[in-house]
Amino acid sequence: MEKRIHTATPAAERIVEWAEEQKIETCFDRAEKLKQCPIGKEGACCKVCHMGPCRLVGKNAEAEARGVCGATLPTVAARNMLRMIAAGTAAHSDHARGMVETLLAVAEGQAKDFKITDIRKLYRVAGILEIEFEGRPVNDVARDVALKFLEDFGRQRGGEIYYTKRAPQKTQDRWRKWGIVPRSIDREVVEAMHRTNIGVDHEPDHVLLHGLRTALADGWGGCMISTDITDILFGTPQPVKAEASFGIFKEDEVNLVVHGHEPLLAEMIVDVVSEPEMIAYAQTKGAKGINLGGMCCTANEILMRHAIPTAGGFTNQELGIMTGLIDALTVDVQCIMPAITEVAKKFHTKIITTNYRAKIQGAEHIEFEEHHARDIARRIVRLAIDNFPNRKTKGSHITDKFPVIAGFSHEYIEYMQGGRWRGSFRPLNDAIMAGRIRGVVGLAGCDNPRVQSTGLHRFLAMELIKNDVLIVSTGCGSAACGTAGYLTPEMSLENAGPGLREVCEAIGIPPILHLGACVDNSRILTIASAMAAEGGLSDEIGGMPAVGIAPEWMSEKAIAIGCYFAASGVPCIFGGESPVEASSEVTKIMTDVWFERFRGALHFEPDPEKMLAMALDYIDKARETLKLKKYEPGKFGTEKVLMDMAARREIEKAAKPHVGIF
Amino acid sequence: MSKIIASAAIRGANTLAARADEMLQKAIAEKGKDFVFEFPDTAFYLPMIYAMTGFQVKTLGDMNVALGFAKELLHDEPSEQVWKPYLGEALDSGMATLFAEEILLALRYVNGLEPCKDPDTGYVYNGFITDTIQRNLGIQLVDGTMPGFAAIIGAAPTDDIAVSICRELQEKNILTFLSGQSNGDSVTRQLLRKGVDLGWDTRIVPLGPDTEHTLYALDWAIRASLIFGGKKPGNFKEHLTYQKDRVFAFAIALGPMDDIKWSTGAGAINMGFPALCDTDVPVIHPTGVCTYEEVDKEFDHSRIVQKAIEMRGLKITVEKPPIPVAYGPAFEGERIRKEDTFIEFGGQRTPAFEWTRMREMEEIEDNKVIIVGDNWQERYEKGGQMPLGILIECAGRKMQKDFESVIERKIHHNINEAQGVWHMGQRDINWIRISNNAKKDGFTLEHLGILQATMTHHRFRSIVDKVQVTLYIDEKDVKEKLQEARAAYKERDQRVGSMTDEAVDIFYSCLLCQSFAPAHVCVITPERLGLCGAYNWLDGKAAYEIDPTGGNQPVPKGDLMDAKYGRYTGVDDYLKKASGGAVETLNLYTIMENPMTSCGCFECILAIIPEANGVMIVNRGHTGMTPMGMKFSTLAGTVGGGAQTPGFMGVGVNFITSKKFLFGDGGIKRIVWMPKALKERIAEEFRTRAEEAGVPDLLDMIADETICEDSEKLVEHLTSAGHPALEMDSII
Repeated sequence: MEKRIHTATPAAERIVEWAEEQKIETCFDRAEKLKQCPIGKEGACCKVCHMGPCRLVGKNAEAEARGVCGATLPTVAARNMLRMIAAGTAAHSDHARGMVETLLAVAEGQAKDFKITDIRKLYRVAGILEIEFEGRPVNDVARDVALKFLEDFGRQRGGEIYYTKRAPQKTQDRWRKWGIVPRSIDREVVEAMHRTNIGVDHEPDHVLLHGLRTALADGWGGCMISTDITDILFGTPQPVKAEASFGIFKEDEVNLVVHGHEPLLAEMIVDVVSEPEMIAYAQTKGAKGINLGGMCCTANEILMRHAIPTAGGFTNQELGIMTGLIDALTVDVQCIMPAITEVAKKFHTKIITTNYRAKIQGAEHIEFEEHHARDIARRIVRLAIDNFPNRKTKGSHITDKFPVIAGFSHEYIEYMQGGRWRGSFRPLNDAIMAGRIRGVVGLAGCDNPRVQSTGLHRFLAMELIKNDVLIVSTGCGSAACGTAGYLTPEMSLENAGPGLREVCEAIGIPPILHLGACVDNSRILTIASAMAAEGGLSDEIGGMPAVGIAPEWMSEKAIAIGCYFAASGVPCIFGGESPVEASSEVTKIMTDVWFERFRGALHFEPDPEKMLAMALDYIDKARETLKLKKYEPGKFGTEKVLMDMAARREIEKAAKPHVGIF
Repeated sequence: MSKIIASAAIRGANTLAARADEMLQKAIAEKGKDFVFEFPDTAFYLPMIYAMTGFQVKTLGDMNVALGFAKELLHDEPSEQVWKPYLGEALDSGMATLFAEEILLALRYVNGLEPCKDPDTGYVYNGFITDTIQRNLGIQLVDGTMPGFAAIIGAAPTDDIAVSICRELQEKNILTFLSGQSNGDSVTRQLLRKGVDLGWDTRIVPLGPDTEHTLYALDWAIRASLIFGGKKPGNFKEHLTYQKDRVFAFAIALGPMDDIKWSTGAGAINMGFPALCDTDVPVIHPTGVCTYEEVDKEFDHSRIVQKAIEMRGLKITVEKPPIPVAYGPAFEGERIRKEDTFIEFGGQRTPAFEWTRMREMEEIEDNKVIIVGDNWQERYEKGGQMPLGILIECAGRKMQKDFESVIERKIHHNINEAQGVWHMGQRDINWIRISNNAKKDGFTLEHLGILQATMTHHRFRSIVDKVQVTLYIDEKDVKEKLQEARAAYKERDQRVGSMTDEAVDIFYSCLLCQSFAPAHVCVITPERLGLCGAYNWLDGKAAYEIDPTGGNQPVPKGDLMDAKYGRYTGVDDYLKKASGGAVETLNLYTIMENPMTSCGCFECILAIIPEANGVMIVNRGHTGMTPMGMKFSTLAGTVGGGAQTPGFMGVGVNFITSKKFLFGDGGIKRIVWMPKALKERIAEEFRTRAEEAGVPDLLDMIADETICEDSEKLVEHLTSAGHPALEMDSII
């Protein structure tokens, strides 16, 4: 029998093999043992009431199968999809609410351990929210910003979430035409739950339109609010050089790992681990120092801002513990496998749950609370230090690590194309128009033990850049690329197509830009909007030579993200079997119908070669529609328009208004 | 790769900022932080820093603040491996370099080290470029005779290559700035060794011996958006967009590159100005910061100019007549000294004239050059002096008698643009010289005719279908034809004298400046020429015939709404459209209410002096103080950019003696002050007008800088001189 490869990250694979020898179970074993429910996985199972669960299967199920209440297969598949969107939206947005509450607490002087780091960004956000900021105390502005954002969560009477207007006008027009501008975040989630309750909304298209509205509340609401407030509180990321993979753990230092999705506690821990008293305390326990690492998206948050190394994404969490080097692992929310407490039992690692929402049996709970952030962080760091002497020799000690360049915020991407004075999206648009860059792909989403974990990310990343496609990555997509060693500028010299290589060389960037955590997919929305405003490509997000790909998705949050991209005008391709496979009607709505209405779509395609072909096809078709130069590798260059005096007099009088970064 | 360039630019900026800091701290220690500094003749302080940040550097202490802006823009070099992005950082460093260089050069002025003098040849470089020069060149910047600007940095491999590059730039009408060195040599020295004429007249302007002196060219460029573009200081985005879109400058770097050259280049790239190098440098091809490539290389010096021009997106159409010498406006400014003269005509030495007349199509033969006189070749070969009558006869379906003078006025340019041939004067007071060099190159008398025929066709292509040129070289013929010509001049003058605003139905607009000043529209009437002094009503009319979609459009007057102030319905309708809504209404004959806007290249500024109940006039060449308390350059800053500013107005010199000059405000009797040189220039015409206005000795009552430079003394003078303005209705 051929040896099964579990993960495409060699370091991870070595740990998995070691675990097998040691008979320690991992998600890879469970994924193999536990087959997916064939009915549930394709969306044909309805369990919204206790007359069921109903299985809508059989020959011609699409037309004939009915639940006890009479619900058809398309109704059931659509409702299941909407519930996934609602759950994903709830996750990002509840996280965002926490950020808003923290900002408010900071502004009101109640969270003294935090401060407003990026005042310029605060002013920019205030400007968008039409809050007066000139000549006012920073905290007053921050309070007004926080209060306005809070309205976005609970607005009860009509209205629109504030960031709707950040989208290009034409994109907004499409939303209004189809009635999917979100009113408020909580409301759309609540309504989604209501509509999918037994006996409410049964028309698949109608159900899914609300899915898009809910998803937009996620993208242009929760995610975008979270990104902006995190930047305001902790700084807008700029490129940093850091490291990725299991080799980041140090044999002679206390290894403390922060895992999950929230930056609040992690930021405080970043601060505390460099306190001299803490380092001295660690030394009393025989450690040379304190080594902080991250995992999953909490890692991305502090990697982007403080160059804290990352041990990788979702499927690395059990494996990290198996190095035997982690003295404490704090977790907050989202994508935390409860299995880690089981694994940790076999090592000395302490698992600490920190969020009031999330507890795991077998973990120690030290609840984070922003009013006493530093004290709590110190308690956790001490706990890790105290655990250092308990470290055993057991473990799969791995030394592999790769350098990573990360920290590409919207603001920095604009800056890097022209600096403080000439920053804009003109060079990127120009490069796309000239065919140097064929298109842009957002490579995002989870890594997944049901496939060769991180393998699809690696395959697509490599093939896309060879094809002159610029990649922007987030979340575990970034982690997969980072642990593969792909997030370096050298990558463009060695592997990018000739046009992309020229652009990367001119700017000094990797061909894959790490934009942050999965919540930072919102950065892609504002970047696409800026590209539309810059001109020369599409005048809306739809129609851009851009595609979103989540090849190994597994979280409901990924579905919410895919849907807000689709509604905003970006065709998305998700890996794995389709969760609406059972219904061809629902599949058609989410692809053809959405594309016609919004220029975006959500496809599911397990075959990586086909994903690649589909992405390139979308990009090339968009280029054709925009009447751009046909993409030919190595053949680019703009036809020069030489200007005589008469032509100069015709230069458009009113230059297009451009929202600068400073 | 571009990382090499970025690293060099980042290093260069750090070096220069440190150098500027050291010099500045020394200067502050010696002179104190309140020591006042300004560059010669500019209203824009340290222009680059002012345009980018809005900060006015007036003292050494201010320089310290400004240097702080530069320091904020410094970065670390990218690392060897796994580097962080560097383009934005390199461009920031470029801007830091420009700020540091501007401060360095200012300090060199403070220390009396600028403009530089070449120690070997004694040649004095241009140094800082004044506002006056900028405005003097205004019309050439927009009418296509100076379509672009080159900064050559370093030295060519040989003197001959340096000459051929500069000659090619001259022939393409490009204004060339020289700075910097390579291997201890420079293009300036190379050209000096080859005896090439340098300076504004020949469009080759050596700024200084170091790379840092390139900043003077960039300071010159940035003032285009301040002066003509009307961009607000500190609004850097708009300034830089303007530079990229409208200022067609580029750099040619000859010889090896160093950190300072790269960092200065990075500064220029911020402005959208690319660089072409003749050495094996890394290239930066992706576009967006510049319109096309940012940095490229070309080893073939015979292709380097053409490539640089294309890289900047510049279109140059040059009409060169079939003559054996180089040709173009850059050669207009050449002087031919007596000892270099092979032959001369006119200039009170021999009888001479030049005259254009309209003929019927069948009366002349196209492109024919007739030389009347026996053995003309032999007589020409002897050199010395010769009589010369030039008769240009034109025919065409759209030709009009009125265009004779327009075509005739171009004779000066037609001749002067030939290298080694020189012309001055007009009509029967003309003077022409052909140099020994031109003769050596094969320039004959016939070529003098050929270039007239070719250029008349070129300049007046849709008016003139046939051109015939006759040259008379026998004294008898010249004198005879001269009588005919004089009769024609007289008739023409009478016709122009009778041409009034009331006598025509159509005025003409001039939109030429919209390539630089997009909101400005000139309205040209028979009695009010363009504020640049270069276009009168007939020129406008001819230009419209030549190119119906060009820069001069007919403006039907429409109905007269206000005879005193000169307000017409047609003018208002046209302006609303042509100014993009910026101007709603215009009064042609007043300075007080909705006066004409300005692009920035006006010959004179009028400004009211309320306490004198009149207006002062200051012309562009006058650099002294005025009774307004502002110099020309500062005043000019308040009028440019296409905005209406009651109480201030830019005008052409000849408008002062028009009957419509401030007609609504009381005419020339309102003039209370103007520079002496201007008085002298317009004296003859002015006295005639003054007599008509009933104050024959008005010119003597008007104060000038020899009498006063402040308003208090001005009023005293006016009172004692009995100037009529004091008795007139209040101007406000």
